[in-house]
Amino acid sequence: MKVAVIKYNAGNIHSVRLALQRLGVDPLVTNDHETIRSADKVIFPGVGEASSAMENIRANGIAELLPQLKQPVLGICLGLQLMCRYSEENDTECLGIFDTAVRRFPPQEKVPHMGWNTIDSLKGDLFSDIASGSYVYFVHSYYAELSEYTVATTSYILPFSAALQKDNFYAVQFHPEKSGMVGEQILRNFLEI
Amino acid sequence: MLAKRIIPCLDVRDGQTVKGVNFINIRQAGDPVELGAAYAEQGADELIFLDITASVEKRATFAWLVEKIARKLNIPFTVGGGIRNADDVARLLDAGADKITINTAAVRQPELVEKLAARFGSQCVVVAIDTKNTAKGDVVYIHGGRTPTEQKTRDWAREVVERGAGEIMLTSMDHDGTKNGFALGITCELAESLPIPVIASGGAGSKDHFVDVFKKGKADAALAASVFHFGEILIPNLKRYLRQFEIEVRV
Repeated sequence: MKVAVIKYNAGNIHSVRLALQRLGVDPLVTNDHETIRSADKVIFPGVGEASSAMENIRANGIAELLPQLKQPVLGICLGLQLMCRYSEENDTECLGIFDTAVRRFPPQEKVPHMGWNTIDSLKGDLFSDIASGSYVYFVHSYYAELSEYTVATTSYILPFSAALQKDNFYAVQFHPEKSGMVGEQILRNFLEI
Repeated sequence: MLAKRIIPCLDVRDGQTVKGVNFINIRQAGDPVELGAAYAEQGADELIFLDITASVEKRATFAWLVEKIARKLNIPFTVGGGIRNADDVARLLDAGADKITINTAAVRQPELVEKLAARFGSQCVVVAIDTKNTAKGDVVYIHGGRTPTEQKTRDWAREVVERGAGEIMLTSMDHDGTKNGFALGITCELAESLPIPVIASGGAGSKDHFVDVFKKGKADAALAASVFHFGEILIPNLKRYLRQFEIEVRV
């Protein structure tokens, strides 16, 4: 299986690659359009800031390519946020694959939301064999609102989308590559879609 | 609900873990990679590896070790010990660490915290604070707790938050190694007043000490070394125990 991990100026690409290698898949870390287009699966990772990440993927044409992809695509963390319509982080227009907005957590509790939290109301292929209430690892200050695309929810300060799906586009706010056995199963599920 | 985290800390010297460990099914008890994986399997939420290698030349060994740990571990891990500048941090993050921890270097050059937060993001900057209760109140110690400073612990904690620290790891020099429990007062004060997570460290001797540090100390995470390494407290038992007190933990 050919798995492409999109390379851009974001932080967790290395750990996503290592997690895939633990599952026996050696991904191509690339921003080459043809390689991405011809991959069986595409992963769009990311830890970083929304506006500079958008600027970066606009400059290399990934912003145009990504919404056109037909194979399963998995956004992770900032990847999920960039796949939404808009992010409050520096007032950024994003890709609009999911027609929903990304907001900053109100500061009623510690922000970022950091650590292990539960996912519930799980829907679809990504969560096969994953029990409701399983713990996954989060680090983020912005969240995607609940919407028709929500396929997993988590509560911190308020309920938000832990995962989104529309057609071949999947995205998770948490880090499956750092979420122990549960995260490994979610990545495996994605590879088997 | 966001779970309270249990974090074993492993001291590493010349690429080997220092304290003795009673684990079954470990091929090499001194191998930090094997040990880390065993802890992850037991249900540790995160791990910290501290390099206590004395010589600068051997520090390269540690970056190489961090790479091996990153390949193996499927949970987040923090590394620290001897970090002096942003290039040291870049090397460790590139090797696959999720977060780094700085202590003396931050006290010596507080602007380093800002520099690291700007370059790598606050989420990976853990500032370790060694605190001791003295006649002058709670003050910061450096050099592994050997050297006192003029800094008040609460002022320094607030300053590192303002400079962009993502978490604070608070070690009480009065409690560390005593097994008499965590420093609940200062932990609670910082955990309740700061907008970032506080990891309590120093003094863990029993499961009840963990109950106290979460219930009374309001800590977001608790770190311990020897009680885990010597098998005095097993993480699955500890987590079941905490759940009986309605403390949210990942099981």
